[in-house]
Amino acid sequence: MGIDIKQWYKTFTLKELRKGMWVTGRRLFSRKMTIMYPQEKTPKSPRFRGLHALRRYPNGEERCIACKLCEAVCPALAITIDSEERADGTRRTTRYDIDLFKCIYCGFCEEACPVDSIVLTDIHEFHMEEDRERWIGKQRLLEIGDQYEAEIAAARKADAPYR
Amino acid sequence: MATLEVDGRRIEAEVGEMLIAATDRAGIYIPRFCYHEKLSVAANCRMCLVEVGHAPEPLPPLTGAQPKPQPCKRDQLRLAPKPLPACATPVTDNMVVFTRSKLAREAQQGTLEFLLINHPLDCPVCDQGGECPLQDQAMGYGNDDSRYREVKRSVASYDIGPLVATEMTRCIHCTRCVRFGEEIAGVMELGFPGRGEAAHIATFLNRSVDSEVSGNIIDLCPVGALTSKPCRFAARAWELESHRGISPHDCVGANLNIQTLRGRVERVVPRDNPQVNECWLADRDRYSYEAVNSDSRLSAPMVKDNGQWKETDWETALQRTADGIKAAIAAAGADGFGALAGYTSTLEEYFLLQKLVRALGANHIDHRLQQSDFRDDAAAPVFPASELPIERFSGVPAALLVGSNIRKEQPLLALRLRAAARHGARIGIINPLDYAQNFDAETLAPGAAGLAAAVAALAVQVAKAGGAAMPGEIKQWADLAPASQPGAEYDAAHRLAAHLIKAGGDGVVILGVLAQQHPQASAIKAIAQWVCEAAGSRLAILPPGNSAAAWWAGCVPHRGPGGQAAAGRPGRHVAGMLAEPRRAYLLLDNDPVLDGIDGRAALEALNRAEFVAHITAYRNGAAAECADVLLPMAAFTESAGIFLNCEGRVQRAEAAARPLFEARPAWKILRVLGNFLDLPGFDYVSLDQVNADIPHFEGPPTARLGTGTIPARPDQRDADSGADLCRLLDLPIYRGDSTVRNAPALQRTADNPPPAAHVNHDSVARLGLADGDPVLVKNGAGSARLPLRADPRVPPGCVYVPAGHAQTAPLGGHGRVSVEKAS
Repeated sequence: MGIDIKQWYKTFTLKELRKGMWVTGRRLFSRKMTIMYPQEKTPKSPRFRGLHALRRYPNGEERCIACKLCEAVCPALAITIDSEERADGTRRTTRYDIDLFKCIYCGFCEEACPVDSIVLTDIHEFHMEEDRERWIGKQRLLEIGDQYEAEIAAARKADAPYR
Repeated sequence: MATLEVDGRRIEAEVGEMLIAATDRAGIYIPRFCYHEKLSVAANCRMCLVEVGHAPEPLPPLTGAQPKPQPCKRDQLRLAPKPLPACATPVTDNMVVFTRSKLAREAQQGTLEFLLINHPLDCPVCDQGGECPLQDQAMGYGNDDSRYREVKRSVASYDIGPLVATEMTRCIHCTRCVRFGEEIAGVMELGFPGRGEAAHIATFLNRSVDSEVSGNIIDLCPVGALTSKPCRFAARAWELESHRGISPHDCVGANLNIQTLRGRVERVVPRDNPQVNECWLADRDRYSYEAVNSDSRLSAPMVKDNGQWKETDWETALQRTADGIKAAIAAAGADGFGALAGYTSTLEEYFLLQKLVRALGANHIDHRLQQSDFRDDAAAPVFPASELPIERFSGVPAALLVGSNIRKEQPLLALRLRAAARHGARIGIINPLDYAQNFDAETLAPGAAGLAAAVAALAVQVAKAGGAAMPGEIKQWADLAPASQPGAEYDAAHRLAAHLIKAGGDGVVILGVLAQQHPQASAIKAIAQWVCEAAGSRLAILPPGNSAAAWWAGCVPHRGPGGQAAAGRPGRHVAGMLAEPRRAYLLLDNDPVLDGIDGRAALEALNRAEFVAHITAYRNGAAAECADVLLPMAAFTESAGIFLNCEGRVQRAEAAARPLFEARPAWKILRVLGNFLDLPGFDYVSLDQVNADIPHFEGPPTARLGTGTIPARPDQRDADSGADLCRLLDLPIYRGDSTVRNAPALQRTADNPPPAAHVNHDSVARLGLADGDPVLVKNGAGSARLPLRADPRVPPGCVYVPAGHAQTAPLGGHGRVSVEKAS
């Protein structure tokens, strides 16, 4: 191995160090970009994929018809559904569980849903304290849907022209 | 043989067979909805349109060494002006077919577009979704958008019974269900009234579909118009796991695909086996799985302490069982203990039960709860069997059914006999009750004089027609039958005798469950065997359930495994064990009160016994009430094992799911019970080890008795005491074992009416009562309060009261009863 002239030059002129310091020095004088999270938040795309929700029709009837397409398409096997014939003869879920640890938030379930029932909201701030909390069930999903229906609908509307 | 070319491929087919059958065999796919290989050709869906031409010069026949033939050129062919339906176009020599040419594709796409015009887009809620030929073919031949903007047609759905759900808007009018009823099942319950837009599938006068094989229309329906009601909306096709099962309910051993979702059995569908069940299933095989998930499952071992049931652990329950059996043996020797099996266990379970009983030094073991005559035990074949393979039932030229309501006993064999009858088979029936069958048959003698006499009367005709010398005993029996009318040479029995002789080895004499239940069963068997010998026919004894395996495993008092004579002191058969109660009983998956024909004797015996251990999957039932220990066993879907069907076919079922709750497979229970009783040779760790100890059956089986002696006729006839009526009984199709009794949908069908006392119209009038009046049916020791039914099937002087019901159990088995108005 011969002597690498380029390497010698870099080492003795501190070129890399000065390059780094130049970036630091330049930032000293530019506009500050710090967001004071959680007091301040960046805007989110209407396509943001956060916590799941199950929506209802305006008349209060749940949308989900237990077709199990979301369960079939889910690449992480995070969804578990049991279904039955409800007393009025319609097809409904008796169980709709999502394992939030398994979920990779890919949004395929929302793509697969023929009735726009399962959606990914823009909620990304949630936590669990115990292992069992990673399972969210049908009741909780419907509650999330009820609470954020206005936001969910607005996001769908904003994205509609591009679908 | 014709040579034809399909899509450039040279294939061979029979001249005159339908093109679609030839391409199916060659593995060339042509889309279709209405065509089904087991049904007649309707050609009404038009999906299989293909382009057909004729080659200008003969196509060289296929030979192995030939280089790949050059496909015919289109412009050299004489092409049909329009596409032709492959299902209705017979193969001719030198035919050239294009299944994917432009014309064919356009025809297929056009057909599909028209089919989809009126088909709802409700695939997400449709149970057929995922296994739907229309869905699949819409992917292959449909457009991605509809050009149809007008209003879609909708058709009202209606309830056609507890087994099949309807959604008639989805119907595409393929008429497979109609053709199935008309051709295969033999009851045309669904029809196709109306024309054009108004055409629809309907039942006659909105009746329900009550056939015992009605579930097959679900499999046939290419869309979601007919789906299974019990598993409605329960699972999607793609998430079900299939397991190979065998139906335990009859001696056919229909092959099942038991489908589970996350370890729960959700559905049972047929597994094709051309030699056994073809592609059909009886409803009993298809829907009995419902019992497995029912609330009546026994969840944990239970013991009775001071009359109170208490859940306990396996250790305690098995120790109690072992102690109870040991105490009985200590008190009364080996005779103090008896074991009864049912008809639905597996070969291994039967084997372990008999091994356990015989290791305790007794031979008191039996499974024949539906038998009352055991006189020919010593001469009996190794197991009751059919000498005619099941596959050949479809082609018999002549058959005689004795004491067999085959349509409800072995529904799939009845379908095969129907196929034979459609091809001109002559079938005669001798039954105690004039049961309706689904094939053309002549009723020879609705058994007022008794089955044995009627069979003997036929034997006389066979002797006459064949010129065989007839033993005197048969003559004696035949004297009981009513004197033949003048000109009797030309009556039905005579004709059938001639047909049986002509058919020779292809003809069959079938002894059904009713013949085996009969108090004169040994005489019936012997005379039927003589008929077979004189006419050269085959003999088929069709026992209930897996009885053949029970015989082979040694679950009878006089035979050990493999049909070897049992060593030691002779054991008692079922009737003997119940007539002289043992001190302790071990019941394996059976309820002698409801599964047997003599419920009263069973109830008395179990009540008088000091200890009864009941290995069962269900906690209801009369025997469970009398028991001291209940041991939960796995249901038939949860346990592996071997079934031996009536033609001697060894079929292995696999466990489809884990046993629910604390239940364990019965073979494991018996194995550990053997350890608790300190018996040697109970250290099996796998089912294969148990199997290795059971002799292997090599067919073909025989159904013949070892001796040709015919039991003499009893000297005097039963004393006719005025008002007394002769009781006829059977176990109705959905009362035969604890599994079907716990299957909710089957229990709601028309084949499971509440018990009643059936007499014919004359008897109703003579009793001075009306149809539906409550009556008291009485005999020596018991009585049952039942509604009276006027039933033209019942012969005069008889009353038909079905067994298998808790209400009719006090009447016991065959015998004379009196019927009087209930106060």
